[in-house]
Amino acid sequence: MKNQTKKNTNKGLKLMYFLVSILVIIALPFILIIRALESLLKVNILKIDDSKKRGIVGTFVVKYWLGNTYEAQKNRVFVYFILPSFTAFSLFVALPFLQGIYFSMTDWNGLNDPTFIGLDNYKTILHDYSFGYSFFRTALYSILNIFVINIIAFSLALIVTQKLKLQNIYRAGFFLPNLIGGLVLGYIWQFIFNRVLVQFGGIFESSLLINGNTALVGLIIVVTWQYAGYIMMIYIAAIQNVPQDLIEASEIDGANAWQRLRTITLPLVAQAFTVSMFLTLVTSFKQYDTVVSLTHGGPATQLPSWLGMIYNKTLLPVVQSTDLIAVNIYDEAFVNRNMGVGQAKSIIFFIILLVVALIQVYYNKRKEVEL
Amino acid sequence: MKSKRTKKIILEIFAFCLLLVFMFPFAMIIINSSKSAAEIIRNPLLLPSNWFQIFTNIAEIIGRDNIHYFSAFFNSLIITTVSLIAIGTFSAMAAWVLVRTKTRYSFVIFMLFLSGMVIPFQVVMLPLVRLLQTLNDIFGIQFKDTLYGIILVYIGFGSPLSIFLFHGFIKSIPIDIEEAAIIDGCTKSQVFFKIVFPILKPIYVTLLVLNGMWIWNDYLLPLLVLGMGGNIQTLPLSVASLAGFYDKEWSLILTSVLMAALPVVILFLFAQKHIIKGMTSGAIK
Repeated sequence: MKNQTKKNTNKGLKLMYFLVSILVIIALPFILIIRALESLLKVNILKIDDSKKRGIVGTFVVKYWLGNTYEAQKNRVFVYFILPSFTAFSLFVALPFLQGIYFSMTDWNGLNDPTFIGLDNYKTILHDYSFGYSFFRTALYSILNIFVINIIAFSLALIVTQKLKLQNIYRAGFFLPNLIGGLVLGYIWQFIFNRVLVQFGGIFESSLLINGNTALVGLIIVVTWQYAGYIMMIYIAAIQNVPQDLIEASEIDGANAWQRLRTITLPLVAQAFTVSMFLTLVTSFKQYDTVVSLTHGGPATQLPSWLGMIYNKTLLPVVQSTDLIAVNIYDEAFVNRNMGVGQAKSIIFFIILLVVALIQVYYNKRKEVEL
Repeated sequence: MKSKRTKKIILEIFAFCLLLVFMFPFAMIIINSSKSAAEIIRNPLLLPSNWFQIFTNIAEIIGRDNIHYFSAFFNSLIITTVSLIAIGTFSAMAAWVLVRTKTRYSFVIFMLFLSGMVIPFQVVMLPLVRLLQTLNDIFGIQFKDTLYGIILVYIGFGSPLSIFLFHGFIKSIPIDIEEAAIIDGCTKSQVFFKIVFPILKPIYVTLLVLNGMWIWNDYLLPLLVLGMGGNIQTLPLSVASLAGFYDKEWSLILTSVLMAALPVVILFLFAQKHIIKGMTSGAIK
């Protein structure tokens, strides 16, 4: 019996999908094409005459949709102009997003028909030490990344705005790594860390990617190399907007370079700091392809004892040391085949991202006003 | 005055050293893709004994079955160009009517698009894969593993940011021009394509750059929609599949990396000004 109703609802759903899609895909453009032909050939195929009398519905449809009135034209253009991007957006982004909220509460494994299990997945995640560890590593990585990238990018921006001889070459050169995709970049740096830097000996004697903590440092180096040039460009734009007469005035007043930077440049580029910190935060949190090709989450390491205490593990289990959240979600879904749990993790990821971003924007905006 | 000049020279030298550090990985790729596998193992820092080895390596890459370099390159090219044109045009159209129609609906739709900007891809990816399969089951339209499928998905993911940027720009265009055009006898859609669209060129270029960098280098979405080793491969996918297959065979991996990165770098050398301007102005807005 239960099976029967399921089948029926599926059929009903299919029929609905079909009708709606027929309407959207065929009927609306069809009318548009005919209208276009009409105006092109100067004939009246649909026999729409604005002066003719018809019923209430007919009048309404002609006046607001089919007719040659300004009102009708406006409505038609509104719908047809929004339709392409709106259809693609709602079908491939909004609908999966809503479905995802439901799937995060099911036992979906990719092959079965998902059944509703309430908040069980979220409870599973609460006890999942690998996710806790991965969250901790991502937070650590993102915080370090925000500081390193912004400090380096701002310094680069200060250097290349000093009217140096080769400043255009410097700008292009620092920016260049940003053009290369994260995945390709990961392979490049895997080679550099594993083969090239070990030749130098010293602290590079063994590859950075072998040890968990140095692998995270390696990842930060790679992402800084990739991203600093981009952020630098944002700072350059901001620094160039600082009025020159302010700087000249301070020079006459006898301010040294450091005082000028601290009291004039920094406050005036505060807006750029907001933007850049937000950008670096979001990219660090979402980092996926570089990690995959550089370390693929590894190397394996032991869960830190303080996390072991939280999760009540006396025997510390093995975890992946650069297993950032995005990688963790992918592996949970496609390697462990726990799509439901993976989806629940991604919802948590989304909420964290949203909250952190909102807090940061709010905080930085307040600081701007004070300055 | 003299000390100021020496300071500048020191700064110049410092900046140049930094540039060398930044360029070091590129130099390593070029040097080592001109070497045979055995030569790389001996010493990756030395200059290659025979620079022409790079052509042997390139020929080998082109010949390999699991990369299909040219087909991957052209697929990437088609996907990127068609998506860029479609995203740009459709988003401009949508943004224009959203700005010029001041109703509750247009506000709600705009807010819907805006909220799409904060959704990370990870949240959508699992249901999306399932949805594409469902669409195939119901309508028999294959969205997975097809060019139009991935392009449509890119239009969906690209439109929120593009509509947001166009929306901001169109608001600054005075409506008088459009009203004048209507008085002169333009229809509504003519007003857009003949009057407004040309004005949008600067922001259109910005979006070409922003979306272009994203789509050309994207890995996760093609991995899910096209699949690794499927009929249609993009450059990042084929580099990943080659690197996965020839683990640690660096002469091949680095050559493929070089061949994947080269088109963008060449494009950058020609359109440097547009690219830098596009990427920065896109971020600030």
